Amino acid sequence: MLEGILGKKIGMTHIFGADGNDIPVTVIKTGPCFVVQKKTMDKEGYNAVQIGFSEKKEKRSNKPMLGHFKKAGTTAFYHLREFRGKEIDAYKPGQKISGCDMFKVGEFVDVSGNTKGRGFQGVVKRWNFAGGAKTHGSMFNRAPGSIGSSSDPSRTYKGHKHPGHYGNERMTVENLKVVAVKPEDDIILVRGAVPGPVNSILEIKKANKKTGYGQ
Amino acid sequence: MGILENIEKEYIRTDMPEIRIGDTLKVNVKIKEGEKERVQPFEGVVMSKRSNGLKSTFTVRKISYGVGVERTFFLHSPSLESIKVVSHGQVRRAKLYYLRNLRGKAARIKEKA
Repeated sequence: MLEGILGKKIGMTHIFGADGNDIPVTVIKTGPCFVVQKKTMDKEGYNAVQIGFSEKKEKRSNKPMLGHFKKAGTTAFYHLREFRGKEIDAYKPGQKISGCDMFKVGEFVDVSGNTKGRGFQGVVKRWNFAGGAKTHGSMFNRAPGSIGSSSDPSRTYKGHKHPGHYGNERMTVENLKVVAVKPEDDIILVRGAVPGPVNSILEIKKANKKTGYGQ
Repeated sequence: MGILENIEKEYIRTDMPEIRIGDTLKVNVKIKEGEKERVQPFEGVVMSKRSNGLKSTFTVRKISYGVGVERTFFLHSPSLESIKVVSHGQVRRAKLYYLRNLRGKAARIKEKA
C-alpha cells in the first residue's frame, strides 16, 4: 500500500455528527489518480509509485513527457508525484487508484500543500510582531524595531525576522481525522482546514504521529 | 451541481417550515442527559437569518426572567426536533438587532394581519 496520494481541495463546509454536533470539514477530491511508473528495489534501489493526477490534453505535453505517459499507457497529466510504499506488487502502470481505498473513516491523515500567497508583507502579518500603539502620538505603528546590536557584531544575525514574501510555501497540517469517504466521487472529508486556496493540489498521507482510530 | 452542494444535500432537512424575520417560533431542541433524551422548547422572535445552504442559521431572541436571551441554531441541525411558527410578525427590517435596545412594551412586534 502506498503511503499517500494526490488530491485537490474542493472547499470547506460542515456536516452534522451522530449526536447533532457540527463538524467543520474540508472536501478533498483524491482521484482518479493513475499509476504512471513503478520504482523497484532492484532497479532504483527503493520501492515507490509515481502517480499522475488531473488529466491534460496531449498537445499541452512535450514529447519526452508524452513518451513517459505512453509507456504507462495513460493520458497526460498535470501533476506527477512519487509516493513510497513497502508492498507495491499490486500496482500496475496505468492502474486507476483513489484515496478512498487508502483511507478509512476515523483514521488520521497529514495534508501538505502550498499556502495562499500573500505577497510582500510586513513583520506584523508575517511574523506576528506586536507592533506599537496606533494612537496617543505613537510614531511606531507597524515597524519592525531594532534588528540587532551596534558595532559589535556590526551585522544583522542570519535568520532574523524581516519583512518579505509571505505565503505560497509548502506547509503540512498533521493529524486531521477522516470524517467521511465517498468512493463514487473519489472524495474524502477531513475534519479541519488544509493549506492553500480552493482547487490547489494537496498531498494526503497517513498520519506520521497519530495512528489508529480516534474520537 | 457542485461537489460541495452534493455533500450538503444529504444533510439538508426538508421538514422545516419557512421562517421569516419577525416570526415568533417555538423551537423544540433535543437535549441529551446521559442516556436519556428530552425536548426543550425555546420560544421567541426570529431576529436574524443567514441563508447559506447547509450552513444556514437563524437567531431567536426571548426575554427570560427579565434577561434577553438569544440563541442561534443551524436550520438543518438534527438536534432540532421541530420548529413551530406561532405567529407572523410585521417588520420592516431584515435584521431586528434594534430589539436589543428596547424593553417591555416597546419591544413588541406587531402581528401580521
